[in-house]
This record gives sequence, structure tokens and C-alpha cells, in this order.
Amino acid sequence: MPVPFAADSAAEAVSVTGWGRTAPSSAQVLRPGSYEEAVRAVRECGGRGTIARGLGRAYGDAAQNAGGAVLDMTGLDRIHEIDAVNGLVVCDAGVSLHRLMQVLLPLGWFVPVSPGTRYVTVGGAIGADIHGKNHHVSGSFCRHVRAIELLTGDGETRLVTPEDEPDLFWATAGGMGLTGIVLAATVELMPVETSMMTVDTERATDLDDLMARLTAEDHRYRYSVAWIDLLARGAKTGRAVLTRGDHAPLDALPPRLRDEPLAFRPGRLPAAPRFLPDGLLGRRSVGLFNEFWYRKAPREQRGRLQRLSSFFHPLDGLPEWNRIYGRGGFVQYQFVVGHGEEEALRRIVRRIGSRRCPSFLAVLKRFGDADPGWLSFPVPGWTLALDIPAAMPGLAAFLDELDDEVAAAGGRVYLAKDARLRPDVLARMYPRLDAFRDLRTRYDPRGAITSDLARRLGV
Amino acid sequence: MKDAFGAPQSLLILGGTSEIGLATARRLITRRTRTVFLAGRPSEGLESAAESLRSIGAQVHTVAFDALDPGSHETALGKVFAEGDVDMVLLAFGVLGDQARDEQEPLAAVQVAQVNYTGAVSASLVCAAALQAQGHGSLVVLSSVAGERARRVNFIYGSSKAGLDAFCQGLADAMHGSGVHVMTVRPGFVHTRMTAGLPPAPLAATPDEVATAIELGLRRRSGTIWVPGALRVVMAGIRHLPRPLFRRLPV
Repeated sequence: MPVPFAADSAAEAVSVTGWGRTAPSSAQVLRPGSYEEAVRAVRECGGRGTIARGLGRAYGDAAQNAGGAVLDMTGLDRIHEIDAVNGLVVCDAGVSLHRLMQVLLPLGWFVPVSPGTRYVTVGGAIGADIHGKNHHVSGSFCRHVRAIELLTGDGETRLVTPEDEPDLFWATAGGMGLTGIVLAATVELMPVETSMMTVDTERATDLDDLMARLTAEDHRYRYSVAWIDLLARGAKTGRAVLTRGDHAPLDALPPRLRDEPLAFRPGRLPAAPRFLPDGLLGRRSVGLFNEFWYRKAPREQRGRLQRLSSFFHPLDGLPEWNRIYGRGGFVQYQFVVGHGEEEALRRIVRRIGSRRCPSFLAVLKRFGDADPGWLSFPVPGWTLALDIPAAMPGLAAFLDELDDEVAAAGGRVYLAKDARLRPDVLARMYPRLDAFRDLRTRYDPRGAITSDLARRLGV
Repeated sequence: MKDAFGAPQSLLILGGTSEIGLATARRLITRRTRTVFLAGRPSEGLESAAESLRSIGAQVHTVAFDALDPGSHETALGKVFAEGDVDMVLLAFGVLGDQARDEQEPLAAVQVAQVNYTGAVSASLVCAAALQAQGHGSLVVLSSVAGERARRVNFIYGSSKAGLDAFCQGLADAMHGSGVHVMTVRPGFVHTRMTAGLPPAPLAATPDEVATAIELGLRRRSGTIWVPGALRVVMAGIRHLPRPLFRRLPV
């Protein structure tokens, strides 16, 4: 898909989708190799504007721009500066977290926030203000960003810091790329002694048990997440496997691993085949998988050593895993409801269970404090994420009902995952939306930065 | 923009008084559609169709459009696309004609062909180009099983739909990869004004059933859909019947 940079020659339009492989639209994909080329692409873009795209891990239409230009930022992939004493990295927006880990782990540093995949770029991490299993301790990604080199829609490049330009900075954090093109960023890192994790695993028999365990003990762990079986019904509703842990200290490693405590060699299977039939992941197969996954987990296990990649990014082991949903693609639904809204969470989990949504990648997590980004997703409370095949009958209307339930509970859905939210619900979920719109018109008077998501939701 | 399930937010119906068109609009308005353009010859019928859709919450505009005047299509439809993105175009106009009379009056037969075929070709091309420029959208064209195999009782209509159907298949391939989705709809007998008074054929459908099938086709990004679905199998058989036998069939 990447084509050489050619803003002036009419590069052919190609069809682009998000990770969920729904709602394709076509755009001219340009791959700037320098900041100057990116500036030119924004200044010379046509009436349908342009949007930055990283590794295409947003599930919906956030990095699509029908009829306009899509800037493939992976061509800007230089790491400019590493301060191995204070733990700071300055790098281009197209550098992936995978690459940062490769480079930084041997130096004893780790990214401050790691989502479920390493294959996101720094620009994408800022645009979605991603969170990870350590949100209850560390917040989301942009809290660890010291500065952003931002190319706004008026064609100017600005160095944006939370101190000097808090509005633009916190609108860009989680702003889905709509405030401009992130060219580079300065990110604070976290020191680690090894590339291994010590992990505690336990089973929770139902949703209340799960929430009780998360509430009581999350503060003892840096990382915490629960895989939840959404097909379980009755007394088993919400049964889950909790995995919580922290980076292993050097003295926790067995002698054979101590020679190379910071080795980072994640394994990868061959990619999923390009054409898989729809319906592989139905209720029966997912139900079997969930049963197996739950029983396979130890009832309680403490201090197991696990490789960092299998703890954080198990799915990265299967490249192009999104193909397993077949041609019809899938949608991911992630919402958060605040503390005190546990009843809403229970209701939603019960509804998903009685609806028999075949979801095998469902995770529940307890968020910490809200992040300052205007459109940042996390608020203190409970977040549930699930994948559902898009072909499931009645799914569209069902998710609309869940939206209403989430909005009524003061919650919200995550825009980086969204491909189907109604525009009127968005404003109820994100109270700072109007301020965000005003800011966009201020820095981008001719509307040069836009995306399918922005058009669909009227952002 | 369409969402992950192919539900459009804005809809242009060519043939704004078509019952199948309006049934589809009503169905899509319960999903995501907020803006509807009804294109047709200005008439009271068109205005009351617009009113009926407004009453269920859509913003409806009527557009003067005449299938028989291809020269005006570019201007008339261009105005609609100038107002903003159109996520879906439903080409729903068509006439059945009167087979017995049309056989006697070649000019009347020609008019059936001009509405159903040349008018549709021109409008489709205008819309396809506009959709291609915006980089997304669905063009849904109402064909008919009558175009699948010509029958004694309606071959003038059938031949016009056969031409349109072939045109759409080619257009779908031409648009492949451009972000534009072209879907051909092949309903059997549908209970509408157009077929009022005719004896219903087996596997007859209602406009609402066609609308449901279109919504499903949008979600699946289908190339061709049959309404009801069983017609696909039935027509596969009929297409291969020897002619002397087919001629004697009471259909």
C-alpha cells in the first residue's frame, strides 16, 4: 500500500480500512519521508483534506479520509535522541512502540504505557491517547509526553508542550489526529531491570467476584487486566481470569536468564491467511475457546515469570490476526462507566451474555484518574472491551442500545475503536467536544485536517 | 459516512415516489439516515412522499429530476452532491409499460427503454463519478428478475432491465477499489402501484422486504442481491430451461 511521496503527481487512490476491516473508503495514500514533505502535503491538500495514519491499528475509520489524502507516517521513522540517564526519547511520529522497545530495552528503559499491541506508532499513541494495563498507576500515554512537534492545518509547525500551549496539547492528546499531524514527540520512559514480568494469575468466578478482587488489590500491582468470558451465563456471568504483575527485578531471574536480562526477542507465527471464511468465530467455537481458556488458567498462581511480549502483546504473535474474522470484518466495542455505576456494568455484561455475542477477546480493566486530554477516553471506573463479528444479526441496533445505557450512566465509548457511534450520542459522552471543534477551526480555518471519523461523527 | 454496518447517513433516491425507494428510506432512517434527497418530476406525490419521511424525523429535500432528459442529469444531480457527501444513491425509477400496447406502438416501447435503460445509464454514470470523487458511497440499482430471462408477457420491460443489469455489473467492476460500492438488486414480483392489477407471480415480495434485503446487502457489501433470496436458485434453473419448454411455462 505505501507509495512514494508524490503530492503533485496524481498518485492513484487506494481503498483503506481500519483494523476491523469494515467501511472501506478510498484515498490517495502519501508517504512523506521528511517534515518538509509532510508540510507540503498539508499545504497543498485538496478540498477533502488529509489525515495522518500510522500502522492502521485503530479499529474504525479514524485514519481514513475518503476522497482526500492519507499521510502514511511510517516513513518518518527516525529516533533522534535518547537520554539514557534521565529516560527520555525524542523520535518521529512514525516510530512504532515495537521499535522503541527494541532500541530502549537493552538500555534498561521501557515505554511508559503499552497497549495490547506494540504495532502502534508514537503519533497514533498520542492521537488516541492510548492506555494500557497500568492506567490505574500511570494514566494514559500523553501524560508521559513532554512535547509534540505538531503540523497544524494552517501549514505551520509548532512545538507544543503542556506548559506553553496547554489547550492545543490536551486537544491533541486523544484528538484522533484532528488537530494536526504529529511529526515528532518527546516521551518520558520508565526504567526496568529486566525484560521479564512477574505475573500473578487468578480466576474470578463471576463479575462481582472480579470487581471485588480488582478493587481490593489493584493498587499492589503496576499492571492489571482481566480477560472476561462474556458467553458465560447464569451464576457464571462475568467469570474471568485476572493477570496482574510488574517488571521482574534482576534478582527474580533464574541464573540462566541473568546473562541477558534485557533481551527482547518476541516470537511471531506466520501471518493469518488472507482469505478466511466468515463465521469461523461463531458462538460455538468461541464458547469452546472461552471454556478452555478459563479452565486452562490456574486458580491461583503467584510470581510466574513471563516474557514481556507474551504478557503485554499476546496477539502480536499472530500477524494480521484481524483476518480471522473473515471478509465481513469485526467491530470492537469499548466503553467506560464511572465508579458507582457498577449496576450499569452488570446490566451490560448480562445483556451481552444473553445476546450471545461471540466475543473471545473481551477484557475488563479498572481505570485510574481521568486524563486531561479533551477527548481522552479514560475516566475513573470500569472499562470493558470486546470484539464482535460485524455480520452478527441485529448487532447494529444492539450496540446503539448499549450506547444509550453507557451515556445514561455518564460513560463513553473509545473513539480509537469506534466505527459506528451516532453523532448525537458523541456530544453526550464527550462534554468538551464543542471546545474541541472551536480549537480546530482556530488552527485549521480551511479544514485541511479531516477524516472519515470526523465526517461520520460531525467532529 | 456509512458506519461499520454500511448504514448511510445521507441518501439520494432517484425516483422519489418509488414505493421500494420510500420503504428503503424509512428503514434506513430508523438506522443512521438523517438527510434524504428525493429526486423526481415535481408533483404532489413527490411532496407528500417527502412529508411522510419528514414525519419520521429525516431532513428531506426534493430535487427536480427527469429520467427522460439525460441532458439535465449532470446539473440536477450535481446540485445534490454539491451540498455535501451522499453516502448512498438508490436508483429506483422505472416503468413497466403496457406490453400489448407497446408492441403495437414502437415509440411507446422506446420510451420504456429510455426510462429504464438509457435514463438509468446516464444517471448512474453521473452518480458514480460523484461518488468516486468523494471516495466512498454505495450506488444501489433496482434491476429485476425480468432481465434474467425474457418472457413473452413483458419482454420489452425485461430487455430494458437486462441492459441495465449488465451495465451495473460492469460498473461495479469499474468501481472496484475506488471506495464506491455498486449493488444490483434483482427483485421478483413486488406488490406496488406498478404491478397493481397484475396476477402476482410465485415468490412475490413487498417493498418492505426489498428494503430489508437492501439493508442487509449494504452491511455485507454485496454485489448482487435477489429478493427473496430463493429466486437466485429458481432463476439459475429457469435460465437453463430449453426454449421450447420455457415458452410453454405458464409464467
